[in-house]
Amino acid sequence: MSIELRNISKKFGDFVAVDNINLHIETGELVALLGLSGSGKTTLLRIIAGLETPDTGEVLFHGADASDVSVRERKVGFVFQHYALFRHMTVFENVAFGLRVIARRARPAEAAIARRVHELLKLVQLDFLADRYPSQLSGGQRQRVALARTLAVEPKVLLLDEPFGALDAKVRQELRRWLRRLHDEIKITSVFVTHDQEEALELANRIVVMNQGRIEQIGSAEEVYHHPANAFVYNFLGNVNLFHGRIENGRVFLGDTAVELENTHAHAHPETGKAILYVRPHLLEIVMKPNGKQTFPATVKSINPAGPQVKIELVAEWGDLVQVEIDHDRYRELHLEPGANVFLKPKEQKLFVYSI
Amino acid sequence: MVRVVLITITLMFLALFLFIPVIAVFAEALQKGIGAYFAAIADPEARAAIRLTLMTAAIAVPLNVTFGIAASWAIARFDFPGKQTLLTLIDIPFSVSPVIAGMLFVLLLGVRAPLGGFLADHGIRVIFAEPGIVLATIFVTFPLAARELIPIMQAVGSEEEEAAMVLGAGGWQMFFRVTIPNVKWGLLYGLVLCNARAMGEFGAVSVVSGHIRGHTNTMPLYVEILYNDYRFTAAFAVSSLLTMLAIATLIAKRFLERRVVPAKQEQDDLAIKVAA
Repeated sequence: MSIELRNISKKFGDFVAVDNINLHIETGELVALLGLSGSGKTTLLRIIAGLETPDTGEVLFHGADASDVSVRERKVGFVFQHYALFRHMTVFENVAFGLRVIARRARPAEAAIARRVHELLKLVQLDFLADRYPSQLSGGQRQRVALARTLAVEPKVLLLDEPFGALDAKVRQELRRWLRRLHDEIKITSVFVTHDQEEALELANRIVVMNQGRIEQIGSAEEVYHHPANAFVYNFLGNVNLFHGRIENGRVFLGDTAVELENTHAHAHPETGKAILYVRPHLLEIVMKPNGKQTFPATVKSINPAGPQVKIELVAEWGDLVQVEIDHDRYRELHLEPGANVFLKPKEQKLFVYSI
Repeated sequence: MVRVVLITITLMFLALFLFIPVIAVFAEALQKGIGAYFAAIADPEARAAIRLTLMTAAIAVPLNVTFGIAASWAIARFDFPGKQTLLTLIDIPFSVSPVIAGMLFVLLLGVRAPLGGFLADHGIRVIFAEPGIVLATIFVTFPLAARELIPIMQAVGSEEEEAAMVLGAGGWQMFFRVTIPNVKWGLLYGLVLCNARAMGEFGAVSVVSGHIRGHTNTMPLYVEILYNDYRFTAAFAVSSLLTMLAIATLIAKRFLERRVVPAKQEQDDLAIKVAA
């Protein structure tokens, strides 16, 4: 089922949680709402579910206005951040709940309910825990029970609020892959909320980057990561160095150094004025000799060689801290020590300049 | 040393003010033998008092528990104008002397008051009759269930209720399958406290009762009458019934408290895990 949001706004008191949002989600898509806490992503998810009523705008399911359709009739599955399992019911009863509350004449027979519940528990690989209570389960198990419970009513849309937020890193990785597989299998239109950019990039077909109740960009992982629409998106997706500089006659200056940048992804920057420059740590090269106007001097401050890349912290000539990541081979070639004077060279085609 | 002194003082205090009086009640009640004890309880006036007390509790407790659930749910789930006022109003019976509560009903519903006169004209007597006793009892007991339920409802939160709705449950299904089971121990606890107070209330009931023997005497009022008539054995026999109710209440309270606290604890643990 496709979802369409038109001009959705929602205020809580004076706080604008969602500000005039338009969004179309295709049938079978897996979409991530990505943003910091307070960006309105959870509110938007709750509006889709019908748990929250928007002040203005409308939600359309499969082209039909759902404004007057109550939560219980919307046929959405909602997985809560803290799972919201019924604590006084066994795992079996939790999963069976959605089937048991169906009006008597439409309700499946007890045997059919039992069959369906066991089927779902097998799907989430928890059939052996059917008689346990939620308090006896680990976080990852609770999460999967919550999913099975949601799927029991065969929702047309699956909404997940920070699905992996409360889990530790290892379990998170595993569940992420599992959810991706599950989605590939049952092809249900899904929207999940996350503040973790890695999670969004890895899982979603499309990512909706949100900030202060608005959508900053909608696009695939490739698009939002490599072609960010604006400074916020670039800044939010991955680590980034931020330089205050200026533009003079189309040339960028950092401190006293003029850095000649060809093919910059300059976004509507004027010929002259102040500018902020964003460069990702792995898009800066360390060289030992200056190379015309494409490099600027810096001093090595500290080195962290643990991990797949060597993380080096430097101080630019004009005092800003700079993070750089290089691979281990290059690091061994350079023989870097704290205090060494080197030069930094942005790989210019990935550099973003924003006028301010 | 300090420990020994403190424990001794506590125990002596308890013995003096609790154990000895409780034992004395039973000793005094059984002084003239078990036969006299049962005869005192089987007395028609005593039986009428017991019946009235049970009836009063049977009306007041369900009403107050219903009110308690409704009020606590509304307060825990919704923000509405006047919420703080409602919280304060719920506490009024705790802060007002029961005698004044009784007087209030007499003033409002006595034969000389307009409302009471109107009812009397239509053959309904409230004051110096059973309805007045029930009303006074409801007034005195109504904070008990609500006060117990509000913090539990707040601790449980609304997520499970929302989950039930998304899964297709209607309002009543959500209420009986999720809301009530989540607070059931607190609810029972409130019920026990409410019942104990309803059966034991003296002050407010005394004012509205009129002490008509065999008609408007509850057990506590009947005990007073017997005592004033120097019928000590009978007075203590009826007292012993109320004492047994108190002991049963305490035992139930102990048992339920153990159930209520782990439920809250579990919630806290979960909150801590989530925060971490």
